Amino acid sequence: MPKLNRDTRTDVTFTLNGKKVTARSEPRLLLTDLLRHELGATGTHVGCEHGVCGACTVRIDGEPARACLTLAAQAEGADIQTVEGLEPEPGGMSPLQAAFREHFALQCGFCTAGILISLKALFDRKPGASEQEIREQLSGHLCRCTGYTPIVRAALAAQAQMREEEPRNA
Amino acid sequence: MKPAPFDYVRAASLDEALSALHEAGDEARVIAGGQSLVPMLNMRLARPSVLVDVMRIGELARIEHRKGMITIGAGVRQAQLERWAPLAGTLPLVASMMPWVGHAQTRSRGTVCGSFAHADPSAELPLALLALEGEVHLRSKKARRVLPAADFFLGMMATAAQPGEMVEAIGLPAHGIGTGTAFAEVARRHGDFAIVACAAIARPGGAIRLAVGGVADTPQAIALPDPSDPDFDDRLNEFAWALNARDDLHASARYRRDLVRSLGRRTVEEAVSCRS
Amino acid sequence: MTVNPPADRWVGRSVPRIEDAALLTGRGRFIDDLPTHAGTLAAAILRSPHGHAAIRSIDATAALASDGVVAVVTGDDVQRLTRSMTVGVKANVECWPIATDRVRYVGEPVAIVVAADRYLAEDAAERIAVDYEILPAVVDPEAALGSDAPVLHPSLGSNLINERSFSYGDPDGAFAGAAHRIAVEIAYPRNSCTPIETYGVVAGYDPGEDAYDILANFQGPFSIHAVVARALKVPGNRMRLRTPPSSGGSYGIKQGVFPYMILMGVAARIAGRPVKWVEDRLEHLAASVSATNRVTRLEAAVEADGRITALAFDQIEDCGAHLRAPEPATLYRMHGNMTGAYAIANVSIRNRVVLTNKTPTGLNRGFGGPQIYYPLERLMQRIARQLNLDPLDVVRRNLIPANAFPYRTATGALLDSGDYPAALERAVVEGGLGELVERRTNARAKGRLYGIGMAAVVEPSVSNMGYITTVLTPGEREKAGPKNGAQATATIAIDPLGSVSVKVASVPQGQGHRTVLAQVVADALGLEPSAIAVVADVDTARDAWSIASGNYSSRFAPAVAGAAKLAADRIRAKLEAVAAGQLNTMPADVVFAGGRAASRSNPDNGVSFARVAAAAHWAPGTLPETVDQTIRETVFWTPPELSAPNGSDEVNSSLCHGFIFDFCGVEVDAVTGEARIDRYVTMHDCGTILHPAMVEGQVRGGFAHALGAALYEEYAYGADGSFQSGTLADYLIPTVMEVPEPVILHHETPSPFTPLGAKGVGEGNCMSTPACIANAVADAIGVDDLDLPLTPSKIAGLLAGPERQAKNPPRQAREAQPGGRRKLTGEGAAEVAASREAVWKMLLDPATLEAIIPGSHGVTQVSDTHFTADVTLGVGPVKGRYKAEIELFDLDEPNAVTLRGTTTGALGFGEGEGRITLSDTGTGKTRIAYTYEAGIGGKVASVGGRLLDGAARVVIGQFFKALANHAGGANGPGTGLLARLKGLIGGRS
Ligand code: FES
Ligand code: FES
Repeated sequence: MPKLNRDTRTDVTFTLNGKKVTARSEPRLLLTDLLRHELGATGTHVGCEHGVCGACTVRIDGEPARACLTLAAQAEGADIQTVEGLEPEPGGMSPLQAAFREHFALQCGFCTAGILISLKALFDRKPGASEQEIREQLSGHLCRCTGYTPIVRAALAAQAQMREEEPRNA
Repeated sequence: MKPAPFDYVRAASLDEALSALHEAGDEARVIAGGQSLVPMLNMRLARPSVLVDVMRIGELARIEHRKGMITIGAGVRQAQLERWAPLAGTLPLVASMMPWVGHAQTRSRGTVCGSFAHADPSAELPLALLALEGEVHLRSKKARRVLPAADFFLGMMATAAQPGEMVEAIGLPAHGIGTGTAFAEVARRHGDFAIVACAAIARPGGAIRLAVGGVADTPQAIALPDPSDPDFDDRLNEFAWALNARDDLHASARYRRDLVRSLGRRTVEEAVSCRS
Repeated sequence: MTVNPPADRWVGRSVPRIEDAALLTGRGRFIDDLPTHAGTLAAAILRSPHGHAAIRSIDATAALASDGVVAVVTGDDVQRLTRSMTVGVKANVECWPIATDRVRYVGEPVAIVVAADRYLAEDAAERIAVDYEILPAVVDPEAALGSDAPVLHPSLGSNLINERSFSYGDPDGAFAGAAHRIAVEIAYPRNSCTPIETYGVVAGYDPGEDAYDILANFQGPFSIHAVVARALKVPGNRMRLRTPPSSGGSYGIKQGVFPYMILMGVAARIAGRPVKWVEDRLEHLAASVSATNRVTRLEAAVEADGRITALAFDQIEDCGAHLRAPEPATLYRMHGNMTGAYAIANVSIRNRVVLTNKTPTGLNRGFGGPQIYYPLERLMQRIARQLNLDPLDVVRRNLIPANAFPYRTATGALLDSGDYPAALERAVVEGGLGELVERRTNARAKGRLYGIGMAAVVEPSVSNMGYITTVLTPGEREKAGPKNGAQATATIAIDPLGSVSVKVASVPQGQGHRTVLAQVVADALGLEPSAIAVVADVDTARDAWSIASGNYSSRFAPAVAGAAKLAADRIRAKLEAVAAGQLNTMPADVVFAGGRAASRSNPDNGVSFARVAAAAHWAPGTLPETVDQTIRETVFWTPPELSAPNGSDEVNSSLCHGFIFDFCGVEVDAVTGEARIDRYVTMHDCGTILHPAMVEGQVRGGFAHALGAALYEEYAYGADGSFQSGTLADYLIPTVMEVPEPVILHHETPSPFTPLGAKGVGEGNCMSTPACIANAVADAIGVDDLDLPLTPSKIAGLLAGPERQAKNPPRQAREAQPGGRRKLTGEGAAEVAASREAVWKMLLDPATLEAIIPGSHGVTQVSDTHFTADVTLGVGPVKGRYKAEIELFDLDEPNAVTLRGTTTGALGFGEGEGRITLSDTGTGKTRIAYTYEAGIGGKVASVGGRLLDGAARVVIGQFFKALANHAGGANGPGTGLLARLKGLIGGRS
C-alpha cells in the first residue's frame, strides 16, 4: 500500500485548469501552499487556514472546496480548477467575472477568487439556482469590503446572462 | 499555522486501511473529507503520526437502503447524501438538517461518517444519529461491532472507537409511515455550530422523542409525552436542567436552557402536527 | 443613489475600476504573491500563552538544532540591536515589539524562529522552552485603575499612563442651571475590522550600508516610518519601506504591522538573509490590533425641551498592554468633534488612558468614532425616553443650524460645510420613517417586539497630524514644538511618448484609488481614464511622501485626489503654454479634450495631446520661456485650516466633516432574542461624490463592519487575560445571510476646504450604525442599558423573567462568573474493591500514580506530597504533551485529601484542585468521591475553549476510572452527568 513518509517529498499529479501538473510535496503540505508556492498559482488566497473565510476555495472534481482543508496528497488524480482557469482567454473575462466588475462586487479582491469559484460551481450544477440558493452558496465566504449586496447582484446578473447565452452556445 | 509532520497512507482497500490503523494504533487517525480534522492539524491541536486516507476505497462510498435501514459508508460525502434522491422520502429529518451542516464548500468534501467520528456535540449529524436511534458500524482488523448511537458518543469529541478501529458505516432506520419529524436550530450565524439544536420524532403510536445538541458534551435524547400532557413542560424542564448547560462566549447556560424549553416544545409540536 | 452622473467629465461617474481586471483573474499582486530574493527564509513567531507572566528563561537549544533552522531571535537580541519604540505620551515606560522580561498579553511575541520554510519554522518554535512565572492579570480598564491592581509596567508605578482634563465654555454653570441631568454609562467592547488578508513582511538587511529594506502590507500613516527607523537605529534614508501593489483590505488594521517590520528587520540581520513572515489567522486575531475598548460616563445638562446645554465626558481608554504609536490617538481623533452633530457650547472632558493585559490597540475603521457616538447617541435616546419626547425632536432641537457653517465646535473643530436639518428631513421622508413608525404600532399591537432607532453623526476625515499632541499639556506642546497639517502628495509624469502617469502615496487597500485618480487626471487633461497609468503603492526610497501619507482617516478623496487634481492642473497650465506655441495662439485659447489640444476659437487648429506633452523630452529648446519642463510635477498640499492645538486645547482635529443621519426598524424575537433589521436607512453628506459606486461601496462596507460590531463581534478576554476569540469560529464576522441591504441616500454640500469638494465617507457608518441599532433594540425591548455586541443570549437575558427551576437541580451546574477565567467544575464517584487504607496508599504512591495518570510517561516524587509527571493528554484527535505538578494538601488519612495540580505544555496550561473523599461502603469496598475545580488557558483556550472543557472533563474522568480499575474495583456509577442523564432517561437513551 502506498505509504508516504513524513520526511519525503513525493510527486503529486493532478489536473490544474485543464493541464496535467506534477509537484513534489511532503504529506503535510496543504493544497493552498502547493498551488501558491510550488505551482505559482497565487490567485487562490489564504485568509484563515481553518476553513471559515472561503478565500482559498477551489473546485475539486467540480465541487467547491476549501484548499486550506485539503492536503496536497489528497489531490492526487483530482481535477482542480482555480480562478486562473476562469478566464476564457488571456485578457478576456467570463460573464461571471465581467458581472463582478460591472457591479463593483469587489474592492480589495482578496475574497473574490474563492467566491467566483463557488458561484461557478453552483451555476454549472444548477444554472437556475434561486437567489436564496445563491446566498446559501455565498454564505461560505467572508468578505470584509463590500457588504455583500453587490456580490449578490453580480451573481444574479451573471446568471441571467449565462442563461441567455446558453441556448446559443448549445 | 501548518500541520506537524505525519505519514500518510492512501489505502486502496479496506484491508489496507485496517492494517495501517492496526499497525499505528493510537497514533493513527482516519482522514476522510478532512473538514474537521485538517483545521485541528493546521492548529496543531491534533498531531497523529499516521493519517489513513480512506477515500479511495470504492466500497465505502455507498449509500444503501435495505430492510428499512439506510447504511451510509465511511466514504460518503455530505454533499452526496444531500443529493441522494431518496433522502427526502427515507430520512426526512436528515434532509431537513443537511442545509445546516457547515457550508456547501465543506459538505462537498466532508463525509457523513467523519462528522460522527468527530463527535462534536453541536454538530447536526450526530444529533440525527441519536434522534433516529441509529447505529454505528465499527471495524478493526480483527473484529467488527455495531454500537447504538447512545453508546458511541462518550463526550466532547470522544467516541467509543478504539485505537485500530474505524467507523465503517452508520445505519439509520428509514422513516416509518405516519411518523412526524421536525428540526430546529439556533446558531449565531448561518452555518455555525448550534447553540441549541432540536430534533423531534413523533411516532404514530404516540411515542415522542426529542434529541438536543449543542448543550451537553454529547447529543442527548429524552422520551416525552404529548405536548398537551400537563407533565410535558415539567419533563422538558428537568431535561433542560439535566443537560448541565454552561456559559460560553456565545450564550449563557440560562439561554441554552430557555431554548431547550421553548425550541424543544416548538419542535415537538411541529413533529406531532405532521404525524399521521 | 440619487446622484446623476455628469455628462461632461469623468469625475462623478461610476466608471469600471482599473484594478478589477487583475483581481478578477487571479493576477493581483498581494504581498504573499510577490517573488522574493533567492534564499529568503521564513519566520514563525512563538507567542505568549499567558496574559501576564514573568519570563524566567528561554531555552532555544532544541529549536536551533531543529531541521532547517537558521536563527532564533528573542527579546535580548531585539534589545541589543534596536531601541524602544517611541511612546506618544510623556511616561517612564518602554515599548518593545517583543517580550523582554515579561509577557503582558496572550499572543505577545516571545521568540522568532527563522527557518527554510514556514512548516519547519513552526516545528522548531514548538521546541523552544520558555519558563514563565505566571502573574496576576488585569483586563478590565476600571479594575486596572484600582490601587490593588497588578501593575503591568513597574516603571510606571500604576496602569494609568496618561490623564488630562479639559473644559470648554462653562460646563459647571450649564450643569448648575440645567433643568435635568441625564447620564449614560457605557462599556464599549473591543472589536476589529479584521481584513481577510493578514499581515505580511519581507525584510532584508545590508550590513555594508547598515540599511534595511522592508516590504510590508502597511497602510500608513507614514509617520510610523520614523518610529521604525528610530527603533532600528538607522537614519530614515536607510529604512526603505515598500508596499505591495495589492492589499487585501485593512480598514486601519494594517497600520499595526509596523512592530513586525522591526522584528523581521532584526531577524534578517541576525540570519544574514532576507526573512519573510506572513501572519496566520490565529496570530492575527490574538495579536494584531483592534479598536480600543472604552468605559465612558457621559452626562448632559438638558433643558425641559430636550436641548442640551452641556456635556461632561469621563472616558477611560484601554489601549492594551503597551501604548503603541499612534495611540492614544483613538482617544483624541474625535477631540474636536465631541459634540457630534449638535450645537453644544459647554463641554468638560476627563480622559484617562490605562494599560491592561490585552493586545495593544491601533487604527480601526471609524477610529475613535464608535466610542464617542455610542454613548452620545444612546444618551440622545435616553433624554427622549426620560423627558417623554420624540427622539427625532430631540435630535432636531440640537442639530447645528444650516446657516452656521463653517461652524467652530466648542472643542475646536471647524466644521467645513453641511445642512444637517435639510439632510435629516430628507432622510425622514425619502427613507420612510413614517412607515416604520406605523409598522412598530402594528407589531406592538400584536404583542411583537419592534423598535426604532436613530443616530446623527459628524464624520471627520483628513486627520490633522497634530491632533494627537492634544494629549500633551500646552506647556509640554510648547517644548516639543508644534505639530500640524496633513501633507498630501501627488506626482504627474509624462513620458517620451506623451502618455501620462500618476503617482501618489495613498497605499490603497481595495478602495479603487487608481480608478478615481485616472478620472481626476483625465478630466484635467482631456484624456480617457484608460490612457492614464496610476501607481498608488509606495517606495519611500523613490517616491514623494510625508508623514501624512497613507490610507487612513478617509483622506483619499478629499486630500490625495485633490492633490492629484492640483498637480494635473499645474501641468496642464504649462501644457497650455506649450500648445499655444505649437498652435500659434494664446494659452487661454487652448482646450484639452478628446486626446487633443486645440484652439477654442478654431477647433480645427489642433494637435495630439502626446505631441504637446512629449515636447519637453524631444525638443526642450522649443518650450516657451515660461515653461521649465512638462516631464514631472509633484504637488504637496496641506490645508491651512489644520493648525496645531492652541493654548486652550482647542483643536481642529480633522479637515472635513461629513454628516450622517441613520434610522432603522428592528424586530426582536421574543423567544430567541435575535434582532432582525427590518429596514436600515442611511443618509450621507460626504461633499462632492467622485465615483458614486465606490461611495456606495464604502458605505455598504462600513455598514457591514458596524453591523458586526453591533451584533456579533467581540475580542473577548477572560479575567485571567486568556483570549477567547481565537478563531473565526469564535470571532463572528457576518456573512451574506446576516447583512441586510441598507437604503443609502445622499445630500451633497461640497467642502470649501478641499480641491474637489469631496469629504471622506468610508468610516461614518462604523460611527453611526452601532448606536442606531442599539437604540432600536432598546426601543423594542424597553431597556436603558445595553452594551455591545447585542447577542441573542444577551437580549434574551434582558427579556427573561425568573427561571423555571428544576425539581432536582444538578449540583454541578455552578456557573462561571461572567468574563471570569474559564472554570470547570465537576464531581463524580467510583466504587472500588479495596479498603480505604489501600486506596489511600495508592494515592500517595508514585508507582500507582504512574499507572493511573492518563498518558503518563513517568512520575517523579519530589517529596512525600509533591510529584511531577510528564504526561500526554488528549481527547479524540487533540493531544499534547504536558509537564504536570501535583501536590497533596489537607491530608486526613484515610478519609480525604486535596490534590492541587498544574500542567503546562504546547497546547496550553491548566491548574486545578480536587477534593477526594474515601468512604467505607462495607464488605471491603470503598467509595471514592471527588469534586474538582479547574481552570485552563493558553492556545487551546483561545482556539477551542469548548473543546477544552470537554477534554478536561474526560481526562479527569479517566483518572478516577483508572484509579478504580487499579484498585481492582468495578466501575462505579460513572461520572455525574452521564449517570444522571441515564437515570433520567432510563437505559440507553
Ligand atoms: S483559508 Fe481556507 S477557508 Fe479561509
Ligand atoms: S473584496 Fe475585500 S474582502 Fe471581499
